[in-house]
Amino acid sequence: MDLNSLTVESTRAAIAAKQITASNLVKQFYDKIKAEDPEIHAYLTLCQDRALKQAKRIDDLVGKGAPLPPLAGVPIGTKDVMVTKGVRTTAGSKILENFVPPYDCTAVMRLEAAGAIVLGKLNCDEFAMGSSNENSAYGPVRNPRDKSRVPGGSSGGSAAAVAAGTAVATLGSDTGGSIRQPASFCGVVGLMATYGRVSRYGLIAFASSLDHIGPLTKTVKDAAILLGVIAGRDPLDSTSADVPVPDYAADLAKPVSGLKIGVPKEYFGEGLDAEVRAAVENGISKLRSAGCDIVPISLPHTAYAIPTYYVIATAEASANLARFDGVRYGYRAKGSRTLSDMYRKSRDQAFGAEVKRRIMLGTYALSSGYYDAYYLKAQRVRTLLTRDFEQAFQKVDAIVTPTAPTPAFKLGEKSDDPLSMYLADIYTVTADLAGVPGISVPCGRTASGLPIGLQVLGKHFDEGTILRVGNAVFSEIPSASEGSLP
Amino acid sequence: MKVTEKDVAYVADLANLELTDQERQRMLKDLNSILDYIDRLNELDTSNVPPMAQISAKFGQSDGKQRDGNDSAWREDVPRPSLPHSEAMKNAPESDGEFFKVPKVIER
Repeated sequence: MDLNSLTVESTRAAIAAKQITASNLVKQFYDKIKAEDPEIHAYLTLCQDRALKQAKRIDDLVGKGAPLPPLAGVPIGTKDVMVTKGVRTTAGSKILENFVPPYDCTAVMRLEAAGAIVLGKLNCDEFAMGSSNENSAYGPVRNPRDKSRVPGGSSGGSAAAVAAGTAVATLGSDTGGSIRQPASFCGVVGLMATYGRVSRYGLIAFASSLDHIGPLTKTVKDAAILLGVIAGRDPLDSTSADVPVPDYAADLAKPVSGLKIGVPKEYFGEGLDAEVRAAVENGISKLRSAGCDIVPISLPHTAYAIPTYYVIATAEASANLARFDGVRYGYRAKGSRTLSDMYRKSRDQAFGAEVKRRIMLGTYALSSGYYDAYYLKAQRVRTLLTRDFEQAFQKVDAIVTPTAPTPAFKLGEKSDDPLSMYLADIYTVTADLAGVPGISVPCGRTASGLPIGLQVLGKHFDEGTILRVGNAVFSEIPSASEGSLP
Repeated sequence: MKVTEKDVAYVADLANLELTDQERQRMLKDLNSILDYIDRLNELDTSNVPPMAQISAKFGQSDGKQRDGNDSAWREDVPRPSLPHSEAMKNAPESDGEFFKVPKVIER
C-alpha cells in the first residue's frame, strides 16, 4: 500500500473494503517511521501499545460487519503539547522530559472515539514558542521537502509528518501562526478554527486567550472531516463555544461563485518574497475564474499585530509557565537548600533560552510601573486589530493573504535573532488576536521547489466558508494536489 | 536602553529564574531590542479604545446559560469524581506517597 498517498477518506475506505487491516496498516506506518523519521525527527515518542490496541478495536468492528466510525483506522499523530494518558508528553521541553500525564486531551480523545489511531507524539518548539521548530529541547525537525530547511513552527513535527507521509493527518496548536505557517512551509493544509471552536482541555497552556488546536492534513477535505470531529462544546473547557457544528465536509461541495473575497493591501507590501506573491496572486486569479468577486480592502492596523502579540502572548505565558516549579511534576534541580532556591534552579536548568526570554518579557510587561505602558496598551491595540476585521467582514465573506512572507528558510538562518524570527508570523498573528478562523493551503512552489501557502481568513464561526475558498484554490493548483509526495 | 542590568535582575527574581551572568547579558540585549520594536504601539492613540482580554467575551458561546462578567459559561456546582490521589502523585519528583516533599521553606 502506498502510504504517502493515503488521505483520511481513502484510508477509511481501504479498511472498510478490507483491502488492509488497521493492525497491518499501523505496522506499516511504524516501519516507515523507523526507516524515514530519524532524518526528519518529527516524532518524539511512539505509542505502539495504544495504537495496536485501537487498531484491533477497529479490526474487530470490520470483522463483525459493524458500522465504522468516521475516522476508522486512520493513523494520526499529535503535537507533544497535548496530554495523552500513559504516554509521555514533553511540550518539547526538558522540564517535562519524564512527564506521563494521568489524563487525555479532549481533541485527541474525540479523534480516537471516531476511530483514529494515535501513532505518537510530534516534535515542536518548546512550549510551542517558535517559528522554526529549532527551539525544541530534543533537536530540530527537518523539512521533508528540503532537509536543509526548517519545517516552520511551532507545530513543525505535525506538518513534517504529514508531508513525509509518516502520518495521514496530525493535530497541531496555533497561538500566533503555529499551525498555518508550518503547513505553508511543508506544503500541507493547516486549519485554525475560531477561538473557542475546539476544546483546549489537555492542551499545555502557552497563551490562553490565543491558543487553538487544529488539524494538519494532505487535503482540505481531510481538514474539514477532522474539524467536524474535534469541534464543539466541551464541559471541561469553559472557553469552548456552544455553537452548533455544521457538516463541514458536505458543505465543501457548495460553489464559491458569488463570494466576495477581500485582498488586504497591507499583506502584500514590503518584505513579501516575489515568488510567494506571484503564487498567491495566481491563487487569487483561480478564485476570480471560479466566480468570486475580488475586492481590495484595508486592515489598517496590521503593522501593529506583531508588537501587540509579543506583549500579550508573553504576558500570558509568564503566568501559565509559573506552574512549572519542580514540586508536583516535571524536572527538579538537585541539591537545593531552600524551596525558593529549588524553584529557581529547576526552572533555570530545564527551560530553554526562548522560553526564558518570553517569560522575562511577559513578566516585565506585567510588572508594576510597566503594566499600563505595555500590557494594557497592547490590549487596546488588540481591540483595534479586531475592529479591522469586523469592518472588513461587513464588505467581504473571506480574506485571502499569503500565509508567510517567505518559503521555508534554512536551519540556523534566524535562530540568533529573536526579532527576525518573530516576523515570520507577520501574516498569521492577527487572526489569533482577533479570534477569527484561518486556513493555509498549498498554492504553488518556488522555482527551487519549495511549497508556498495561501491563507484564507473568515468570520467568527464561519469555518465552512474558508474551507470552501481554500478548497477552490487547492483543487485548481496541480502541484498542490500531489498528496504528500515530496 | 530601556531595560538596565538592575531591571533584568529584578524581573528574573519576579519570574523565579536564576539566570547566569552570560544569560543576563544576552537578556539585556534581547529585551531592549524587542521592547524598541514594541514601542511602535505608541504611534497609536488608544485613549478612547477599550482593552480586550479575550475573544469569547465578545463572540460565540450562545447557549443561553447564566454568564459571569467575562461571558464564560457557568455550570451546576455538583460534585464529580476527580483524579485519584495515587494518580496525582505519580509524576512528583519527590514524595512520601502521601505528600509532595520540598526543601526547607524557612531557614533557621
